Amino acid sequence: MIARHFKRALEDILANRFLNAVTVVTILLAVVIVSAAVLFFMNARDLMSAWQQGTRIMAYLRPEASGESPALKRSIESVDGVQQAVFISRDEALRDLQARMPHQDSLFDNLAENPLPDAFEIQLRTSTEGWENIDAIAARISSFGEIEDVEYGRQWVDAVQGVVELFRTVGMAMMGLFFVAAAAIVANTTRLVIYSRREEVEIMRLVGASESFINAPFYIEGLFQGWVGAVAGLGVLFVVFTALAARLEQSVLAGMIALRFLSLEQLMVITLASMFAGWLGCYVSLKEFMK
Amino acid sequence: MTDHEEKLPIIRLSHVHHVYGRRPALTDLTFEIFKNELVFICGPSGAGKTTLLRLLYRGARASRGEIVVDGIRLEDLPHARLPLLRRKLGIIFQDYKLIPGRSVYGNVALVLEASGHRRSLIPKKVHGVLRLVGMEHHADALPPVLSGGEQQRVAVARAVVGDPKIILADEPTGNLDEASAQAVMDLLRGAFIRGTTVIIATHDKVFIRRMGGRVLHLQQGRLAASELVAKLHDRTAL
Repeated sequence: MIARHFKRALEDILANRFLNAVTVVTILLAVVIVSAAVLFFMNARDLMSAWQQGTRIMAYLRPEASGESPALKRSIESVDGVQQAVFISRDEALRDLQARMPHQDSLFDNLAENPLPDAFEIQLRTSTEGWENIDAIAARISSFGEIEDVEYGRQWVDAVQGVVELFRTVGMAMMGLFFVAAAAIVANTTRLVIYSRREEVEIMRLVGASESFINAPFYIEGLFQGWVGAVAGLGVLFVVFTALAARLEQSVLAGMIALRFLSLEQLMVITLASMFAGWLGCYVSLKEFMK
Repeated sequence: MTDHEEKLPIIRLSHVHHVYGRRPALTDLTFEIFKNELVFICGPSGAGKTTLLRLLYRGARASRGEIVVDGIRLEDLPHARLPLLRRKLGIIFQDYKLIPGRSVYGNVALVLEASGHRRSLIPKKVHGVLRLVGMEHHADALPPVLSGGEQQRVAVARAVVGDPKIILADEPTGNLDEASAQAVMDLLRGAFIRGTTVIIATHDKVFIRRMGGRVLHLQQGRLAASELVAKLHDRTAL
């Protein structure tokens, strides 16, 4: 029985080649766009995580507490999550700043006094992940009386993370939109195929065919369109990814992370979602026609 | 005690009415048809013959009254169980209703495929029936290339291949020349002889005389008369 349904579905696909091709290409585009959004978000998250792992906290000392204090260093290093605290004197900081800005000598020459405070550069343990933990460590350190201020690049990382979150929200909305679009296109194709075969469907009913017997080939067609669209779309994305990934890693990302493609689970989820869109399109169409 | 009293009714209509919009098509029909009966539904155009057959295969629902076909009350029959009714029936239409894109074989085999017959058994059965109607050599042909008579013979083959309990034929010879019409009527009589209840809507009195059977006369949607007609040259019949 299943072989018969597959045969009839195949006959339909061949008889409506153009219509099926248009449907598959639409699903393919939807899959490429949605998968690209997932890919971007996934790698952006990796990048954020890499940045987070390299986070250092700068703790600036009050002017009255200036000078390297072994007691303060020990207190900082005793905070859970801190690996090491290195004292950086205000003179050393100024020299470092001058070294980084070699063409701004006049700026430094006109300084009446060194405006920079003494500071501790605090390295965190690699196991310390998540902004909540880093925030907690920073708060603990800033509670020490000698510390005037702490800085750990949270603001700009927040800004980048905001952009990534925006992409995620837009990506999610796009996923929903393209899922609906794919289902609608399949529904339309199915509608046209049923319309072209309405006489045959009516005759099938008259000879005692059940609705499931009549509908099965249409569902197979929808699932097939979803599957082919997903496989082709993911294939296109993989080729583009392979071509671009190595270049991006060396240039824009400066070797911070190795870009990764979608995992097997993600590939399966996208393929199943695409097939579900195909099935749903058929379901909607058949529900409307087979009353 | 007559034959009818000994037999069980396979179709029973009780005070059946049907209206199209506000126009009555059938009015207060009450009769029974028995197993292995050959029944003609006669009447002029517009008398309600086709409507009556449509009610019997639930192509339409009666507006009022009760219809029972082989134990199934049609007014209670849910849509999902329609195939159970249709598989008890073999339906023949004046316009054949063959699927143009399917071969002769495919059209006949569809009945068995739809009712879930084992795949291995289908070819033998379909070829056997096509041989019976003289269409075996056209098994691979598509219906549009066949003549009207040939298409109707394929329709008869499709109607009998599932061994239905009842055959409903709506003007089966309406579009055919006399030779083709005679061939189709012979096939229907053959089905009747093999034990199938055959109900034919026709206004062709010549064929009724040749075949013999019970005749239900419809006039403006009402049952005007019911009579038994003996088969011509058959002294033993009826």
